[in-house]
Amino acid sequence: MRNNSSRQENALHLPSLYRGAVANIPLAVSAVTYGGVLGVLSAQKGVTWAEMSAMNILMFAGSAQFVMVDMWQAPLSVLAVSMAVCIINLRYLLIGASLQSIFIGHPLWRKALFMHLVADENWAVTIAEHRKSGTNPYFLLGGGMLLLCAWSSGTLGGNLLGSFISQPEKYALDFAFTAVFAALTLSLWRGRGDIVPWGVAIVLALICEKFLPGKWYIVIGGIGGALVAASAEYYRLNRKVSKAGAL
Amino acid sequence: MNDLFIENGLPAILAASAITYIFRFGGLLLADRLPQSGPLRCFLDALPGTILISLVVPSAANAGWQGFVGVGMCLIVYFKTKNLLLTMFGGVLTVYLLRLFG
Repeated sequence: MRNNSSRQENALHLPSLYRGAVANIPLAVSAVTYGGVLGVLSAQKGVTWAEMSAMNILMFAGSAQFVMVDMWQAPLSVLAVSMAVCIINLRYLLIGASLQSIFIGHPLWRKALFMHLVADENWAVTIAEHRKSGTNPYFLLGGGMLLLCAWSSGTLGGNLLGSFISQPEKYALDFAFTAVFAALTLSLWRGRGDIVPWGVAIVLALICEKFLPGKWYIVIGGIGGALVAASAEYYRLNRKVSKAGAL
Repeated sequence: MNDLFIENGLPAILAASAITYIFRFGGLLLADRLPQSGPLRCFLDALPGTILISLVVPSAANAGWQGFVGVGMCLIVYFKTKNLLLTMFGGVLTVYLLRLFG
């Protein structure tokens, strides 16, 4: 019986992994392009293939890698790099929290293992899929595995070829990242209730991007907008309670 | 080994990787202790959208007016086709042409 159910569970893995990978193909294409851009930059900064591979596999975080490559100078300050990465990647705390409902009922080891391959891309695709029809951690992992391959081939390809893409902005390749994330954002739109939270997030993000270093604007915009949604719910609940009291 | 990593390169990468992993896994573990309804739940449910919009708008703004037209094109293509790849190509092609002729 136990054998049977675990076999059944195993049978569910592959299609989910595969569907997750397929759903992430457009994002993998854009990851190859801006990975290529980073690779070219990294070659100019003297980052070796070994350093780039270590970052790809151990850290696997695009925007943090961009900033680290920008700081690349011997001797590297471990403290400065760590602080920069803290600011840029703090959003993963929120991203991790938002994946809770997908991991419900799954063992701790699976959570610990699968969370490593969570990037903005497969996270957003998985959340959108989850809202549409429900999904599981294997869908997330399938996307993560594809993205790791795409990201590695982009960054290492760019690093090896060095000056292959000498002017990425001439071909608007720098915009690939924005364009694909714009589409992903649209897929998360839930309806009119999102207008005010999203509006607040936009305003906060634009202001903070101007005046604060690093990627604080993502964290502040995200938290600010979500706080608006939370306070709307808080007032709604309070009004219900006071109405019930009046009756 | 010295040819492969600059001074402090490996420790810096290891520290950055540990921080990133702690955020990813820690976020999930913390969320397990959070409520299933009420304002806090609303906060968490709203987060994905507000994070992404905060990421996209400033980067579009940095691409100038061509960036905004590009995002506008993404909007149109996405709502017509619901296809991410087409949306990306629509946006990139728009910005490319605007920069070429703009």
